[in-house]
Amino acid sequence: MVHELRGKTAIVGLGIGGLGEAPGRTSYEIMTESALAALKDAGLGLGDVDGLFCAMMEDSMSALMAAEYLGIRPRHVDSTMTGGSSFVHYLTTAAMALDAGLCDVALICYGSNQRTAAGKLVTASRIPPYEEPYQPRYPISAYAMAAARHMHEYGTTREQLADVAVAARAWAQPNPEAFERGDLTREDVLASRMVSDPLSVRDCCLVTDGGGALVLVRADRAGDFPNAPVHLLGMATDSTHRQISQMPDFTVTAARESGKRAFDMAGVSPADIDVLELYDAFTINTILFLEDLGFCKKGEGGAFVEGGRIAPGGALPVNTYGGGLSCTHPGMLGIFTVIEAARQIRGDAPGIQLDGVELALAHGNGGVLSSQVTAILGAASTV
Amino acid sequence: MTETGPDATFRDGLKRGEINLQKCRSCGQSIFFPRALCPHCHGTDLEWQPISGRGEVYTTTAVRRKPERGGDYNVCMIELAEGARMMSRVDGIAPEQVTIGLAVDLFVGEIDGRAAVLCKPVEG
Repeated sequence: MVHELRGKTAIVGLGIGGLGEAPGRTSYEIMTESALAALKDAGLGLGDVDGLFCAMMEDSMSALMAAEYLGIRPRHVDSTMTGGSSFVHYLTTAAMALDAGLCDVALICYGSNQRTAAGKLVTASRIPPYEEPYQPRYPISAYAMAAARHMHEYGTTREQLADVAVAARAWAQPNPEAFERGDLTREDVLASRMVSDPLSVRDCCLVTDGGGALVLVRADRAGDFPNAPVHLLGMATDSTHRQISQMPDFTVTAARESGKRAFDMAGVSPADIDVLELYDAFTINTILFLEDLGFCKKGEGGAFVEGGRIAPGGALPVNTYGGGLSCTHPGMLGIFTVIEAARQIRGDAPGIQLDGVELALAHGNGGVLSSQVTAILGAASTV
Repeated sequence: MTETGPDATFRDGLKRGEINLQKCRSCGQSIFFPRALCPHCHGTDLEWQPISGRGEVYTTTAVRRKPERGGDYNVCMIELAEGARMMSRVDGIAPEQVTIGLAVDLFVGEIDGRAAVLCKPVEG
């Protein structure tokens, strides 16, 4: 039976703002630039928006702050905070709200100035009390311990982790929006400064400024906008823990469940997907998600990414804009995974545009491998 | 008199030099961090038991820090003999020499003047 949310809604506008460095600007200014760009892309104005979905690093009542800032009074708001995955999760809640008639035009938006304002990752969340005394460097030590366990159980190597960073850089190099576009080799990654073993600086995402926004409507009117609609075919959320010390198995994420349910809703399988945009906060993420989403077997992710398989020209295009590792990572990356997936389907990716993309997967991660959200997007031909 | 909650009960024990662990009377699993119910079976009939003090390193990282700020240090996850896991630090060996599977003894030490569960490699 086809799930009742499959294909019911579509992305008709997308925008970015303040990518890289935006000195002297606030997070809400960057969010606003992104929102206005997405609305312009859709041929709409702020007066049309009646559903608002927003999470900011600095505020727990983000949707209220954003509505106030934008000068709108939406009929439906959502500030659900599952970390960086929130914006992929909003695809589900926006689709529900649109489908139920609670709103007609949904705006998902985000912005952060953390590179120029703070120079490091800004987070509103406290370090959990049973972890705080040991001073894990947050969040990298959590991912480092997952990587160490994966290496122990499956023989994954630092060289394989490095290949993830090298592939991301190769995608970023032709992308004018990407922050880091210089050459990067496996040797460069291995020689970079160790931060929390086995992860070095080049295993970590960037810290940039930037914002992004999406405009969604019900599919029955999605053809009435300037750009080709990108349809929401399958979305699912899962989580296993909040704090890393409670992760049941450090080598298996909840993406196994979110992926399965998203594929079920979309009625497609991994072999059907043309391009993947995975939340690569750290190099280990890409390996874990390729395994858990079913693109290779558990434990084989390290070997899978070798030899340029996920790089430009490889068999499986992954993070085609350069990802959080080389394009942008303004605190939370989720919305950018959706924006790039949608652009690849529309055919207007700023970097390498692949030919004939009909199905794209965007995957969000939140917390410390805690929240996993998978979305499968499709061109009109797939609905 | 109000009964002390699990979090305070654990912390009070630590201050006395004791490491106590909750165990679920319904499903038999041990529980950490301390809480008001069993996360495995959702039972609320929990008892406190002194910890065996034995465990092994489930995963580990050496956090790199400049020498003038105190140098590198270890952060790890310990799988207790009872089954539950907790974050801790292995003392007595270099942080990068802490390896997965290393057998450790737990003890109550101090971090920044506060009682904390620490570990050392099992001798011999």
